[in-house]
Formats: sequence, structure tokens, C-alpha cells
Amino acid sequence: MSHGNMNLTLKVWKQKNKDSKGTFETYNVKGISPDMSFLEMFDVLNEQLITEGKEPIAFDHDCREGICGMCSMYINGRPHGPKGGVTTCQLHMRSFNNGDTIVVEPWRGAAFPVIKDLAVDRSSFDRIMAAGGFVSVNTGNAKDANNILIPKDDADTAFNAAACIGCGACVAACKNSSAMLFVSAKVSQLSLLPQGKIEKQDRVLNMVKQMDEEGFGNCTNTGACEAECPKSISLENIARMNREYLGSSFFQNK
Amino acid sequence: MATSSKLNAKIPEGTIENKWTKYRSTVHLVNPSNKRSLEVIVVGSGLAGSSAAASLAEMGYKVKVFCYQDSPRRAHSIAAQGGINAAKNYQNDGDSVYRLFYDTIKGGDYRAREANVHRLAEVSSGIIDQCVAQGVPFAREYGGTLSNRSFGGTQVQRTFYAAGQTGQQLLLGAYSALQRQVGMGAVQLLARHEMMDVVTIDGKARGIIARDLVTGKLERHFGHAVLLCTGGYGNVFYLSTNAMGCNVTAAWKAHKKGAFFGNPCYTQIHPTCIPVSGDHQSKLTLMSESLRNDGRIWVPKKKDDARKAVDIPEEERDYYLERRYPAFGNLVPRDVASRAAKERCDAGYGVGASKMAVYLDFAANTERYGKIEATKLNLQNPSKAEIMRLGKEVVKEKYGNLFDMYKQITDENPYEMPMRIYPAVHYTMGGLWVDYNLMTTVEGLYALGEANFSDHGANRLGASALMQGLADGYFVIPYTIGDYLSEEIRTKAIPTDNEAFVKAEKEVQDRIDTLLNIKGTKTVDHFHKRLGKIMWEKCGMARNKEGLQWAISEIQKLKKEFWNEVRVPGTNNEFNTELEKAHRVADFIELGELMCIDALNRNESCGGHFREEFQTEEGEALRDDDNFAYVAAWEFKGESNFELHKEELKYENIKIAARSYK
Repeated sequence: MSHGNMNLTLKVWKQKNKDSKGTFETYNVKGISPDMSFLEMFDVLNEQLITEGKEPIAFDHDCREGICGMCSMYINGRPHGPKGGVTTCQLHMRSFNNGDTIVVEPWRGAAFPVIKDLAVDRSSFDRIMAAGGFVSVNTGNAKDANNILIPKDDADTAFNAAACIGCGACVAACKNSSAMLFVSAKVSQLSLLPQGKIEKQDRVLNMVKQMDEEGFGNCTNTGACEAECPKSISLENIARMNREYLGSSFFQNK
Repeated sequence: MATSSKLNAKIPEGTIENKWTKYRSTVHLVNPSNKRSLEVIVVGSGLAGSSAAASLAEMGYKVKVFCYQDSPRRAHSIAAQGGINAAKNYQNDGDSVYRLFYDTIKGGDYRAREANVHRLAEVSSGIIDQCVAQGVPFAREYGGTLSNRSFGGTQVQRTFYAAGQTGQQLLLGAYSALQRQVGMGAVQLLARHEMMDVVTIDGKARGIIARDLVTGKLERHFGHAVLLCTGGYGNVFYLSTNAMGCNVTAAWKAHKKGAFFGNPCYTQIHPTCIPVSGDHQSKLTLMSESLRNDGRIWVPKKKDDARKAVDIPEEERDYYLERRYPAFGNLVPRDVASRAAKERCDAGYGVGASKMAVYLDFAANTERYGKIEATKLNLQNPSKAEIMRLGKEVVKEKYGNLFDMYKQITDENPYEMPMRIYPAVHYTMGGLWVDYNLMTTVEGLYALGEANFSDHGANRLGASALMQGLADGYFVIPYTIGDYLSEEIRTKAIPTDNEAFVKAEKEVQDRIDTLLNIKGTKTVDHFHKRLGKIMWEKCGMARNKEGLQWAISEIQKLKKEFWNEVRVPGTNNEFNTELEKAHRVADFIELGELMCIDALNRNESCGGHFREEFQTEEGEALRDDDNFAYVAAWEFKGESNFELHKEELKYENIKIAARSYK
């Protein structure tokens, strides 16, 4: 089915479910085109496995255009693979060489238990969002949009933070499995905007509390999260969140 | 033509401007204490689903949300790029509710229901207000006000945007509102759950059977009402701009339980997508329509011109959209732009290795922007290189992420050479037939967003999908659901050991067992690709009687082969993505047949539905308003057996006319 000439060896993490132990399995794939995405290469492998009567490899993916945040492979020791600024679905096989051996693992982290093979449970991120990642405004309460004027620079900075796709690469990259980049991106986006300023103290305290309860580690300013983030979310967000957290803790009167 | 007695659109009386205002002021309400005991199931968590679930929970209903992804934030609304329309008239360029209404009806080639579209235009403005209040970071001007841009099929600037990630930002806004309700305990979230069937009791939707995709366990969930917000069915073509998981299963199950399917053949083929590069391809990627603001579309005037695009002089280029449609130029609606690209490629003027592509060229506008920048900087006699450098900065600011994505996928630099683009399946205007309340022909079963057929007629204008999804969820269903639920306040929650639930679950279980026990030799994707090829070739951008008849018989054969020869590995009691796909593809096969039947029935061309037999001398779509100004609502009667019901479309506020963008 494919029109390429790359032959590769894959060492892929196989794990039946969250309660069982995993192990690496070795697979060979042939005839891979450099224009394929990394996930399309997995499609080829899975088609081959099914045809041979073997079990395909489970992995998460959906939009395949780098925006849904669902794909999550840890490739040769790096979340989303060797190329900066892209998700696994936007990583193409031209980033590899014929004959390469590629090691593929799931995201690792206590707060991201493996569901099967390369798919992990990231519902901890949803719970952090439910703890405070919003502006408390019910439908129908809004006033005319242009009544809220926002300096372009603030809007742009908020947008850059809001570009986070919630994939969890930051956690996978971090030696402490910290979720600070993810949490701080949302905290920053909302606290930079007048709509979000009103409840910014509660927001940061509640989100950080939930983050800790989920079992994410602490931040030790290594910066691996920023380096591996497919959307280049800045470490400045963490600094901003730390300032807000300290300020909020200090003035908290609840 | 008379409307079928089985279809009552429930359009309120009154003038078009007053229908909605009067209706929502008089529709029955449910008092707050009763809302607490009414349960609503929302399937799908995209713009329509998340906004509906959040709004209904805020009102006090008990809500359950289901999505097949690992988080509601992954729904494919996230991938919408260009923007969202609203009749704000912030640009003082003559926009109004009426104009948005008119543009949408005309853009839909006079095949949408007036009352629904007018309501959409009326509530559009409030959507922007709501999103801004939630902290959605829309693009802004230096004065702090919101920025707008143009989109196809209109002559005003009414599109609000957040770079090339508008869908992402709007969905994250709706998702945050949803998560707030989850945190407050008002919404129960069931991610990695797929709806397998609707449960009906005494003709009313009373719940669903869902499969926990991690454990494989089948679950029964009761609801006083069920909302399907499950998106479109473009993946019937295998290759489309949809996410890999997008599917028709929820809508199709509803159809088989009595919900009529409206206009299934209306498919939107988006003109600006990255061309197919090989057999391995799993999906196609859109390049936002917003690029047509600054990109000029052309092909060489000479057939098989082997020169590089930049080496072809201006006078040897055919800017065919500007030539054929001078009034709208590169900003004609999507169906028109797609067909024009196909026409040029079929005639032998296509470019690139496959010859199935046209150029989208930014050089002229890069130069124009560069000159403006040079003037701003007071540069005297700047060199061409200097102008282009400055212009590229402007283009990068506007479309940087799209250019990066193009480069990532094609390994070509669009700042230096034109993009190559070709049309691809993008959106489906057809969907479950709904009345003015968004209720299907099954009582208590609603369809919102792309899953319904209601607002876009035969062709959707750019930046209107986000508008419709959020309109349905934030501002329509919260009112219209009261009309039904106010009658349900005495209905106690039905225990899920009721025989209807037991029977529905058993049917689902039987089907799973059947799929797993076929143990054939061909993979699910094998069948999906073959279905896609049939659909693309015979029910794609151009259709004809002979081809559609052939496709119907091929699909019937394919269906038989699927149920005899598919191989689904693994078991039911585990995370089994092949089993998920098998269910979806089985339903796509049945839908594909209905799409061809609908396309065959519609002996006219309109919007995205182009029948080769029905075209003008200039190759434009030729409508037949005398015989086809109706919604085709299909009732499922049994295997390969569908009965047509017609809803007559009456145009009382817009004069129905031949659509012209010349």
C-alpha cells in the first residue's frame, strides 16, 4: 500500500492495561515513504499486524493536524519526537533515516496512567480545568464585546498562552512530571485579560491545589517543558503563575 | 408541492424579524425546582455539545456529557481555523442581521429554511459577546477593539478570528464553561465513551446505550431528552479534513430509530486543501479560507507547463476565479471555487506532480503589504527585495501558523513559492432533519450543530459552522428544549432495567459479537478506503445518474463483503480501537448508500450538489426551483429501503433567484 523505500526497526512499549506490566516489543516496517506522518507509519504497521493475525498497537490520535492534542508518543526519548514545535501527527518520516531504530513509549508520569500500549489517561488535566480554568460567567450575562477594550499586546500574550493544546508533552518531558507549564498557560491567559482578573486569586490557588492532588511533581526550572512543547508555550507563564500564587496565598483571607 | 404530513417544522407565526423574539418570550418554561429533576444527555463535546451542556447545566438541568475522545477539548471543532461570523457591523461597512441572513440563504443556494437562518443571524452577535466574556482571545486592533476579516460569499467584513486557531479558542471557551459545571457537580462527564444506540420508549427518546471505550463495558443511561451534537459525516469519503474519529454512528443509530435524515447528499468540498500526496494518506489538511483574502488562485494558461510557478510570467497565468467571477474574485463561495479548480484540472491545466492542484499565490499581496510598510517607514525607493521582506513580515503575522503547517506537511516554503491546493471533503450540510426547536422526528431527540441539516442549505459559507454550533448550544436549545421538557416534569427517571434498555443493550452486544466473530481476512481500513473511493468518484464534486446507480450497487456489494470478510482483532472487554472503527465504518457504508440515493433523486444542481446533467452553458449549477425547492427527509424503512418525505421551502422574505457571483 505504501510507496516508499525506508525500512525501520521499531521498539514499541506494549502494555495490556493499567494494571499489568509493560514491555518493549520489536517490529520491522518496510516500504515507508518519507512523506508519511509518524502516525501513518503506525497505520502501515498496524495494517500489517492485523493481516498477520497479530494484535495492533493502541495509540491515541484524532485530528492529525496538530491541534487536538490527542496524540502522545514519546519517541527516542522526546515527547512528539525529534523535531521541535510539532506534534507526533505532524512529524514526518523525512525526519528519520532508512535503517533507523526508533524507540516509542507512552507519556510517563504518576498522573498519566497507561490505558493500553501508548495510550494514557490524561483526565487529570480536565479536573485541573474544572477546579478553576474558567471565567465564571453564565450564558447570557455578557455585554457588548467591544465594551471590553484590551490592549493588543495583552490580547496577543493571552493568545500565545491560550495556544496550549493540553497534550501533556510538558509533563512527559519533565524529570519531575510537573504540570506547571500546562496550568500556568491557562492561569496566564485568563489573568492577562480583564474578564479573568476578577477571580484570579481563587483560580490560581484552586488549580494548583488540584494539580498537587493529582500527583504531578514540582517545578525545578529545568525548562524541558518549554523546549519540548509543540506549541512553544513560554516558561514566562510559570513565572507569572508563581507570582500570582505567592500574591494570592499572601492575601488570601478565606 | 406540499410538505409531508410526517414533517412539522413548527415555524412560529409572525414576521421574520419577530418570530424568534416572540417565540422565545412565549415558549413554555420549566421552573427551577423542576429542572433539578430533569436529566439531559448530551452526546458530543464540540462547540454545539459543550455550549449546550454548559448552558443547560447553568439553568439547573442535570446533564451528562459523552465524548469518544479522552477529553471534551479534543472535539474536532478545535481544528476550525479561519473564524466566526457575526452581524456586529463593527466595521461600519453595511452589515446587518438581514444581510447575514440573506448571504447565508444565497450562499446555501436557496435550499435552507428561512426562519432558522434568520434566527441564526439574530443570535450571532450575542455569541461574540459571550465568547469575549469567557476570555476567548480574539484578534484585536491597536485601539483595543475586536478585529475582523473577510470570508467567501460576502462583501462585508464580519468574521471574528483568533489567528488561524479560531475553532480552538472558541472550543476552549465552551470547554471551560463546561468544566466549570463539571466542577460544580452539575455535569457528569463521560469521556472515552461512545454512543452505540438511542433508547426509545413509547416513541420518545429516553436514553442511550454507551460503550466505555477503555473497558469495553456497555452502559445504560437514562435522559428525559437526548441531544446529539456529534458533528458531520465527511469521513464517509475516508479522506477528508475531519479528524480520524469523526463518525456518523450516533446520527445513524438515531436515523434507524426513526429520526429522518435531511439532505444527506449535500457535502461541502473545501477548495483550499493540501493535495493528496500518496496512497498512505490518512487525512487531508485544510488551508484556511482566510488565505483567499490575500492569496490569488491561478493555473498556467498553457497545458502541461513544466516551468516553476515563479518562472511563469504574469501574462501566461490564468487567474480563473478573477476571470470568471469579477465581482467576488477569489472570494467566491466554496462550492463555486472547488468546482472551478476541478474544471481547470480536468481540462489539463493542473499543476504539481499529480496535476491535480492549482496555485494559491501570495506574491502580489506580499508586495502590496511591503509597499505599505515601506511607506509607513518613510523608506525612499526601497528595493524589491526590501519590499518583499517587509511584506513577508505582514503575511507572517496574519497567517504564520498556516504557512508553517503547509511547510511541515509538504516540505515546501510557501513564502518563496505559491502553495499548491486542491479541494477536499470538509463539511456536511446534510444531517438529521430537525424542526424549529432542533428536535428530530423522534420526540425528545435533538440534533445540534453540524449533526443537523438546518441552516446551510446546499452550501455553507465560511466561518458559519462555528456560528451555528454555538448558536444552537448557547442560545437556541436553552429556550426550545423548554417546549418539550415542560411537558415532562411529571416523568420520573426511568430505571435502566426497563425492557427497552435491556433490549437495546442486547442488540448492541449482538452486533459487537458478530463483528468480532467474522474473523475475515480484510482490515476495517481496507473497507473504509474502498467506500471512500466509490463516494469520492461517484458522489463527490460532480455526480451523474449512471455513476450514482453504479455506486449504489457497489456499496451494497461492499456491505455484504464487509459483513463476511472483515477482520476485527481482539476482544470486546478491552481498549479496542479496531472494534470502534468497525462499528463506524459499518454505519458509513449504509449512509453512503443513502447519500447516493438522495443525490440520484435530486435532479438538479445546487450548492455542493452538482449533477453533471444539470448545468448552464457556462458550467454553473442549474437549480430547478419548481420541482426541488424542498428538503429531502429520508425515513429508514429497512435494509436499503428509505422513504422520501418532502418539506417545502417557502421564500417569503428573500426573492429566490439564480445565484450569481459575477
